[in-house]
Amino acid sequence: MRYLAPTSLDDAVQLLASDPGDCRILAGGTDLLVRMRSGMAEPDSILDIKRINDLRQITAEDGGWRIGAAVSSAEMNEHTALKADWPGVVEAGDLIGSTQIQGRCTLAGNLCNASPAADSVPAMVAARATARIVGPDGTRDVPVEDVPTGPGKTSLGKGEFVASIFLPAKADRSGDAYLRFIPRTEMDIAVVGCGLSLTLDDAGICTDARVALGAVGPKVIVVDAAAEALIGTQVDDAALDALAAACSNAATPIADKRGTVEFRTHVAGVLARRAATIAKSRAGA
Amino acid sequence: MALDSKQQLDTLDFKVVGTRPLRPDGIDKVTGRARFGADITAPGMLVGLVLRSPHAHARIKSIDTSAAQAIDGVHAVVTSADFEKITDDDFTADILDNCMAGEKALYDGHAVAAVAASSGAIARRALKAIKVDYEVIDHVTDVDEAIKPGAPVLHAAGGNESVPECSSPNIMARYEFGHGDIDAGLSQADRVLERTYRTEATHQGYIEPHACLAQIGQDGQADLWCCTQGHYMVRNTCAAIMGIDQGQLRVTASEIGGGFGGKTTVFLEPVALMLAKKSSRPVKMVMSRSEVLRATGPTASSSVDIRIGMTKDGRITAAFAELRYQGGAYAGSPVEFGAMSAFAPYDLEHVKTVGWDIVTNRPKQAAYRAPGAPMAAYAVESAIDELAKGFGLDPLEVRLKNAAREGTVASYGPTYPAIGLEATLRKAKDHPHWTAPLGENQGRGVACGFWFNFGGDTCVSLNITPDGTATVSEGNPDIGGSRASMSMMAAEELGIPYEKVRTIVADTGSLGQNEVTDGSRVTFAVGLATIEAARAAKREMCKRAAMTWGIDEEAVEWKDGAAHPAGPNAGSHPPLTLAEIAATASNTGGPIAGHHEANPEGAGVSFATHMVDTEVDPDTGAVKILRYTVFQDAGKAVHPDYVEGQFQGGAVQGIGWALNEEYIYGEDGILQNAGFLDYRIPVASDLPMIDTVILEIPNPGHPYGVRGVGETSIVPPLAAIANAVSEAAGVRMTQLPMSPPKVLAATQAD
Amino acid sequence: MSKIHVTTSINGDPTEYLCDPEETLLDVLRDRLGMTGSKEGCGTGDCGACSVTMDGRLVCSCLVLGAEADGARIDTIEGMAEGDKLHPLQRKFIEHAALQCGICTPGILVAAKSLLERNPDPTEEEARYWLAGNLCRCTGYDKIIRAVLDTAAEMREAS
Repeated sequence: MRYLAPTSLDDAVQLLASDPGDCRILAGGTDLLVRMRSGMAEPDSILDIKRINDLRQITAEDGGWRIGAAVSSAEMNEHTALKADWPGVVEAGDLIGSTQIQGRCTLAGNLCNASPAADSVPAMVAARATARIVGPDGTRDVPVEDVPTGPGKTSLGKGEFVASIFLPAKADRSGDAYLRFIPRTEMDIAVVGCGLSLTLDDAGICTDARVALGAVGPKVIVVDAAAEALIGTQVDDAALDALAAACSNAATPIADKRGTVEFRTHVAGVLARRAATIAKSRAGA
Repeated sequence: MALDSKQQLDTLDFKVVGTRPLRPDGIDKVTGRARFGADITAPGMLVGLVLRSPHAHARIKSIDTSAAQAIDGVHAVVTSADFEKITDDDFTADILDNCMAGEKALYDGHAVAAVAASSGAIARRALKAIKVDYEVIDHVTDVDEAIKPGAPVLHAAGGNESVPECSSPNIMARYEFGHGDIDAGLSQADRVLERTYRTEATHQGYIEPHACLAQIGQDGQADLWCCTQGHYMVRNTCAAIMGIDQGQLRVTASEIGGGFGGKTTVFLEPVALMLAKKSSRPVKMVMSRSEVLRATGPTASSSVDIRIGMTKDGRITAAFAELRYQGGAYAGSPVEFGAMSAFAPYDLEHVKTVGWDIVTNRPKQAAYRAPGAPMAAYAVESAIDELAKGFGLDPLEVRLKNAAREGTVASYGPTYPAIGLEATLRKAKDHPHWTAPLGENQGRGVACGFWFNFGGDTCVSLNITPDGTATVSEGNPDIGGSRASMSMMAAEELGIPYEKVRTIVADTGSLGQNEVTDGSRVTFAVGLATIEAARAAKREMCKRAAMTWGIDEEAVEWKDGAAHPAGPNAGSHPPLTLAEIAATASNTGGPIAGHHEANPEGAGVSFATHMVDTEVDPDTGAVKILRYTVFQDAGKAVHPDYVEGQFQGGAVQGIGWALNEEYIYGEDGILQNAGFLDYRIPVASDLPMIDTVILEIPNPGHPYGVRGVGETSIVPPLAAIANAVSEAAGVRMTQLPMSPPKVLAATQAD
Repeated sequence: MSKIHVTTSINGDPTEYLCDPEETLLDVLRDRLGMTGSKEGCGTGDCGACSVTMDGRLVCSCLVLGAEADGARIDTIEGMAEGDKLHPLQRKFIEHAALQCGICTPGILVAAKSLLERNPDPTEEEARYWLAGNLCRCTGYDKIIRAVLDTAAEMREAS
């Protein structure tokens, strides 16, 4: 196995494109090293992107935030302005594994690992985040929900990787939240996750909303009906009931060691309701 | 010297025992210097790895190791063919078969071959090169399914003579205990409750995976370094399997990173010895976490039927339990202990328990803290709680009404001497926790628990150094602070400061046979032997003083760390301190030591009452532990910090068992959660502080009144939490773990 | 397969080693450098027994490649005491009997030190959540949390 540690993005693109074998991107390593240890991944090369300075930055851009693919959850959590704009996304990153894991794990890694239960993905989707993908054919920006295509699978082409995540400018009177259900209080994979963002007008009427569910389908589910249940309402009990029902309806979970179909379906609605309440208060209602 | 123990207990004025000195292994453990199983190396050492069955049940038709052996850097490959078959000892034969599968792989993770290579990478490559031809056969992992007609059979020979004819061949043994006439007793009841309770298998969950380093010479002399609860057991078992003399195998116990019963047998050690023998090199083996979960002893899963009759004023008129435990692929589930302990806390006229030892395609169970008792107590204490609450009675009062006391004939046979159950119940009833207000969706549960405690073969050697300090050699790995406790008891007896005594865990070449660190026996039995060894040394020192003074040795007494002339000679000479006697020992007969070897009786049974508050989230079924208090009789708490630590640790393991820990098998019989990610032991943020109340009802069988405390604390939590959750959720929970999907389903079905 | 040459600092000591590309920092520490204070409880980042800090950031050394340490500063349990002077956390852990078997202790101490460096006055809840990735099976965490909070109080008073 080879360990590659380029210091520029161009070098990284070139190394990845020219690598003849199975070359994996190493960002935080919290998934890749676990897979390697279990024998599930046996790469020929590892390309560590953490020595590329640009990818380690959180940068203000167009009123929003560009987060390099090598920025850890802990670094995001320590970034006061980012956290003030997108607390839901930051908290989602802060729920991944332990303090130790959060010191290493990244949004881009969480996205590209393509676990249906990835904590940060529903939060990013709710925030309308985009991923900047680089590769031999250039650079393209895609909505994050288009990156994972199923468990462990992504839409990235040969030689492509995610260089950064962009969180757009936060609208006035908007708020986001991410909640997940786990059996313990920490250290578990989400049994259900729900990311939600919403915007209110001056009268407290919801003018925009976006709801995404994790761990209840092969990939993150954007629930338009759930957003519609909130838009035009004061996010009152009736709207929350409709939101919860829409989320439970949209959930298509499997039963596994972490939860039953019935449980996940029900809890998807419960979490959506709770997340909406938090997002609403963050929007200043 | 030989004071009547009861009289002594009343008059003893402890100076060291009962205080909280710093532990002698503390600095090594906070600086990273302490050496655990995986921390030792040897020159020229090879890495040993195990190939494990990917099938739950399969006939091993052939194993081709030639390709593995041909890899450069591979020095030995071992399969069951390398071991002599054991025909005269079923117990050891099962251990060997579990360490290296013979004709069949009996569970997912069962060892089928092992390699020793010059690096881990080469060893991993060698494992992949071994070709095993399996014939997969039907499997069964559920305890109740395993005894249905037509279930896959693990061992054609079936069970022992205790099993009725025509029973399922997966039943290995039947046990029965009790007295009186159940039907007659039940007929006096105002209500008879019949229920079935189930628990899942849980793992001991020690953080240190099994590890060992083996070397063996052409002359048959062998050395093993390993993490174990009993290196003498390791020696005896490995010697039997390897066909070498016990005296030729020296086993040294490393520091042990948790055991809780799970390190009371061998898994790697015989394999490492065989690899070392075949390669003529030292071989180190360390398990991965997934190997620990797949292939070392979890505890049994259980299915228990209860029938209890109660009068409306809370008297239990009769109690019956039928217990089915599966202990994995071999005989020896702890159902006998379950059947003995189920009703041990109660004074019952009519009581009977029947236990069935059942095999399934799961790893061979190993002891787990009070083996067999928590599942039985879960069923019994849940049923008593339901009956008490059904009559509108105070569950603590009901337990007090039926509590076993001094003179009670226990359900498993013996008549109790002084015991502490009633004291724990009264203390619980008087505690502010019992009357603290509860909020919405909250519930409070109580339950009692019992453990036998144990003595066992024990040797202690105590040596007086020329400068007047003492060293204690004992043969039991220190898993909870026992070196501190031994030093304290030796210091107490000798009358010298704690800091002047150092206790070590000696290797198997240094002492006679020592039982494993199990059964909550060490502070009791090794403590007793330490005290007796110190007394032997004191007798010798009194003799030396008498010689120095030229008086009769009977006329010398030991107090406050010195020999004093007594009787008619009192005051005739200034006392001789331990240090003074030690300094001149060379001239008065040579070095001074005391030793004691025994298999002490009188361990003194132990009881606890636990109280817990829980909150249930009605929307998700999540359970939060709000408050927890342990009330337990310690006899005499030698080092109260460590007694509290045992209470707290046991309670939290019980919380894990009750709420989220479980072995999850797929339809294919493969373990689904072989890692700490999905085998969910409690984490710090799951818990409140665990309050403890130590009661001290002296054990007449120990010179200082000590009772074992390590195991009882895991017996009550399962039921206490189930009772609290049932109250909070408004529905009786009869299956563990009470994971959120289960709690939510129960509340929604209600 | 060629080895990688790594130049790093461990507990302030300039250190060089050769490692395989897939070798973890934990394996390097334990097997190449003889620093066995960091423990492997799981190898998957779920138990925290291998906790170290890398450039001041708390990580599981089982989820860091040895090669990644090049140019970094690594701090382990072996560097926590200054000579014979224990760190206050180490002292308090002994005083509070916050360890039983001691296998999780090095990782918990490294993690707790990292907590107190960031938050000198943690609440019980903050301490419990910060340490949630450090499994302890013996103690039920009670005495560990007490020791951490008591150390924090002592260090605040001393500063």
